[in-house]
Amino acid sequence: MKGRTISPGKAEGEAIVSPEPIGFYGGIDINTGIVIEKGHPLEGRCVTGKILVFPCGKGSTVGSYVIYGLKKNDVAPAGIINKETETIVATGVILAGIPCIDKIEIEKIKDGNKIFLDADKGIVEIK
Amino acid sequence: MERLFRLLVRLGEIYNADSMIPVGSVQVAGVSYKSIGDPGMEFLEDIASKGAKVKVLTYLNPAGMDLENWKKLGFPEDFAKNQLRIINAFKKMGIVVTSTCTPYLAGNLPRFREHIAWSESSAVSFSNSVIGARTNREGGPSALAAAICGVTPNYGLHLWENRQPNVKVKVNFNLNYNSDFGALGWYVGKQVKNKIPYFTGIKDANTDQLKALGAAMAASGAVALYHVEGITPEADNVKKEGLETISVGKKEIKETYDKLNTGKKPDIVIFGCPHASLREISLLADKLEGKHLKRPVWICTSRMVKEAAERMGYNEIIAKAGGSIVADTCMVVSPIEKMGYKTTGVNSGKAANYLPGFCKQEVCFANIDDLVEAQL
Repeated sequence: MKGRTISPGKAEGEAIVSPEPIGFYGGIDINTGIVIEKGHPLEGRCVTGKILVFPCGKGSTVGSYVIYGLKKNDVAPAGIINKETETIVATGVILAGIPCIDKIEIEKIKDGNKIFLDADKGIVEIK
Repeated sequence: MERLFRLLVRLGEIYNADSMIPVGSVQVAGVSYKSIGDPGMEFLEDIASKGAKVKVLTYLNPAGMDLENWKKLGFPEDFAKNQLRIINAFKKMGIVVTSTCTPYLAGNLPRFREHIAWSESSAVSFSNSVIGARTNREGGPSALAAAICGVTPNYGLHLWENRQPNVKVKVNFNLNYNSDFGALGWYVGKQVKNKIPYFTGIKDANTDQLKALGAAMAASGAVALYHVEGITPEADNVKKEGLETISVGKKEIKETYDKLNTGKKPDIVIFGCPHASLREISLLADKLEGKHLKRPVWICTSRMVKEAAERMGYNEIIAKAGGSIVADTCMVVSPIEKMGYKTTGVNSGKAANYLPGFCKQEVCFANIDDLVEAQL
């Protein structure tokens, strides 16, 4: 699948897929990479080293700093794939240097799929 | 500085901006040490140490504590040390260090159609919707970049064609308390996610109520702009024909109250999310006059509004009853879970949304009268 480059780079890993939007601030713990939002489909799961797949961001605009902090604390996802990346997530992944693309039909990606993400070219491969 | 300008250019490229446009003012989120941690603090200190200065009036979002009264209110010492480092970094950049999520009540008021770069999600919603200024939902660092460069890429909500509603919300319910607006906002935000709702059926709403409505929609969803028939400034001129419609009535509001209530009895009640206006503080002073609170009540507000409340004697009335006016911070970004509180009472849909995840709190979501009653 081909999408739009938000932040360049390549990443490989297991997909962790959220059908719901993610708000990084208050949604993911900056020190552990674990999803803490109550009732969220990914609650209790860890995004570290995974290819995090979700439709779009939501909630607080501090989310950019949480994405940057996840990276600095070595608990960030290896890559991010969205249906539509909004400014909050875009700012975070650009600063953090996490490969990210959007405009992808994320319904085609299943939780646990092995994913190769080439954000330089805007390409996602399901292995 | 170059790194920040590159960030703006990259965002402009991604979102097909035709140019950079000057901004009238900026509001920067990502201020509390609790939210941004060491990585954020070091990022900001690095920028400040390189001599970067803001070009336009720039305000800050709430900090993690009352910047003057933190000791008395029981904020931990090591937290305070880091929080003050962050504030000093911002001050070095020339940012006005009054920390508030309601800059428009504290001296940073944009005009209709003015381009701005604000980041606090409820302030973005208020300035776009109630004032009719134009801003995207900026991430903390992209707002800071706009402040330092004086410009923002021209895309998204800066353009009139993108300010048109794409869902209609029919309200069949008489909204009474400000918490009713919070519940409505929380419900609608969940439904519409990042769309632009056009509300009908809201007969009247003051700015406090619109602040509560917008804040809740920005927290449960990603709503950056909404229109209310007969009330908000762009409502008459936007295209609202043929939109998908959702209805919200008594049943949905009641269900939202039930859903947001995860606790039984509050250890602490906190008002002022977003920061309380003078009108809200005056109402609380009325309700608390001559009463004796058994458990704490905080009212969070900006330093400016606290000064005005002080002059009116409201602070004294509230203090006598056993309550506290807390400036510069709010319950969501302060470390209340480390201060011994497990259940927090709020009348804010936004606070009810964030407290369980971010402050590990059980929540009592109720109207102002029930919350005051619970603490007596």
